[in-house]
Amino acid sequence: MEKFQTVTSTYVPLPIENVDTDQIIPARFLKATDKEGFGDNLFADWRYDKDGNPKPDFVLNNPTYSGTILVAGKNFGSGSSREHAAWAVSGYGFRAVVSSYFADIFKNNSLNNGLLPVVVSPDFLSEILECVHDNPQNTLTIDLNQQTITNNKTGRSEAFEINTYKKECLQKGLDDIDYLLSKKDKIEEYEKTRMYFGL
Amino acid sequence: MKTLFDKIWDAHTVTAIKDGPTQLYIDRHFCHEVTSPQAFNGLRERGLKVFRPNQTTLTADHNTPTCNQDQPVKDPVSRKQLDTLSKNAEEFGLTLYALGNERNGVVHIIGPENGYTQPGMTIVCGDSHTSTHGAFGAIAFGIGTSEVEMVLATQCILQSRPKTMRITFNGKLEQGVTAKDLALYMIAQLTTGGATGYFVEYAGEAIRNLTMEERMTLCNLSIEMGARGGLIAPDETTFEYIKGKDFAPQEENWEQAVEYWRTLKTDEGAEFDKEYVFDASKIEPMVTYGTNPGMGVFISGSIPTLEGLDETGQITFKKSLNYMGFQPGEKMEGKPIDYVFLGSCTNGRIEDFRTFANFVKGKKKSDNVVAWLVPGSHRVEKQLRDEGLYQILVEAGFEVRQPGCSACLAMNDDKVPAGKYAISTTNRNFEGRQGPGARTILASPLVAAAAAVTGKITDPRKIA
Repeated sequence: MEKFQTVTSTYVPLPIENVDTDQIIPARFLKATDKEGFGDNLFADWRYDKDGNPKPDFVLNNPTYSGTILVAGKNFGSGSSREHAAWAVSGYGFRAVVSSYFADIFKNNSLNNGLLPVVVSPDFLSEILECVHDNPQNTLTIDLNQQTITNNKTGRSEAFEINTYKKECLQKGLDDIDYLLSKKDKIEEYEKTRMYFGL
Repeated sequence: MKTLFDKIWDAHTVTAIKDGPTQLYIDRHFCHEVTSPQAFNGLRERGLKVFRPNQTTLTADHNTPTCNQDQPVKDPVSRKQLDTLSKNAEEFGLTLYALGNERNGVVHIIGPENGYTQPGMTIVCGDSHTSTHGAFGAIAFGIGTSEVEMVLATQCILQSRPKTMRITFNGKLEQGVTAKDLALYMIAQLTTGGATGYFVEYAGEAIRNLTMEERMTLCNLSIEMGARGGLIAPDETTFEYIKGKDFAPQEENWEQAVEYWRTLKTDEGAEFDKEYVFDASKIEPMVTYGTNPGMGVFISGSIPTLEGLDETGQITFKKSLNYMGFQPGEKMEGKPIDYVFLGSCTNGRIEDFRTFANFVKGKKKSDNVVAWLVPGSHRVEKQLRDEGLYQILVEAGFEVRQPGCSACLAMNDDKVPAGKYAISTTNRNFEGRQGPGARTILASPLVAAAAAVTGKITDPRKIA
């Protein structure tokens, strides 16, 4: 997993609410048996027409906007638990997604893949969407160590929450399996006491 | 004083990290072909075995054809994914219900019908609708592929403890109103993000009166309002359903199990982080008009207008109606439809087929409608024949296909063509969910049956 410390970047606005994981990566692309290549099909049905040509009105096809941060409307990543959605967002090159809230499983999947979901207030979200509309070169700084996100045009900063354990995993590029494997003796101890009725 | 959720969570806590997640022990793990291959690759890369192979069960469902299942799968990419599942099962020593196996079917149908799903358990699967199993009083939730790998490697998962919510439904559902309507009504009230961060317990008279199949439908849809999972305290209905199932506790184990299961309920006075109360008797059959499951109205109702929405909300709402080809304020009843889909982990159980078949008995399928009736499992398919429902459906002009997820997510060939309207008993009406450009209207099996007969959105209560 790639380590995450601080990212300063221009950002891509997607001011749509309830962006579900079926839009992030449609089901027909889930037939792969490895994790590579999903970035090419990120938002496939919004990004390409049925002949595979880029749709000029979709933001990823608009050269005005670029950067390694995606800023979306509230409730990003709802729906299916497919981790392919997180692989697609990070595979495309995003390091962080900003929204006023995220669906739970998408949030977990992102954290497990070095992609940082940053929850901001609805006000802050409106402000940064407005700023990028006025100036696509505007940048955001996401500092994981300080747990802050800053709009570099206005200088306004907000603190965001992340639990200490997950923060450390991202900073060091470690994952949960490493941790769980170190607890095998605890697991075996637990198994001696658990309620279980056979079969 | 503890909630039902607290009791099960605490009983499965192995360790807890300070200011971090809980290491939760998992009793039962289900896998399917789509979200597991990368997890097995991960095990290989780390040189690990499956820690507790008896606690993981595999089935092929998402990417499977619903015709000619005895033949090799035509699409080479799908075939490779299914073959990979079989190879992984063999290499890691896991039980797999592959295509053609008598226990094969949609993962959330076969878990309960084989007795794998039991009260008080923790159950996970790389599929968001794992919330279905909460109907039995289990903590059941969908996970990502990295988490599938965690469970395979250690039988544990790291999870932040969710907040708890109780939703109480007082009163009784009216005739012709089903658990699906109750669920779609609740999601419309709370929105698709309304329960994000919560685990929901359902309570009240209307919930106690639901059959196990109906409880599964309700818990299945919990994820559609953002909940981590749904949960119903086990009772006699639950025990009755489980008793005698293949993998249910047997003989003296049964008595002990039931004794324990009876303790699985929220203590009086236990507090939830949030509570909602609804009157079940006020609910009508529901249909969705938009592109998320929260965009639903009573079948007699109209599509809302843009009033009261902020700018981002308006962009989202217009985009959604534009996709559906609908206008704000329009009536839903009477709109023509092209496709009907009965099936999925939401409504592919035997009771759903009984409801559909009883309604269409003696009537004819509308000529303008293409109908896909896809049982959730081989067991359901067999029951259709044993109960004479198959014959009723055929006489009414319907074809019954072979089990699988099918058009619910259209990974196989069962895709609704672009621009066509489908009444679906499934869980998601997202853009392109049933095929690129497909327009999905979510509804109950009863509303689907009425639409299949009339060719338009019809209130089933108005047809004898």
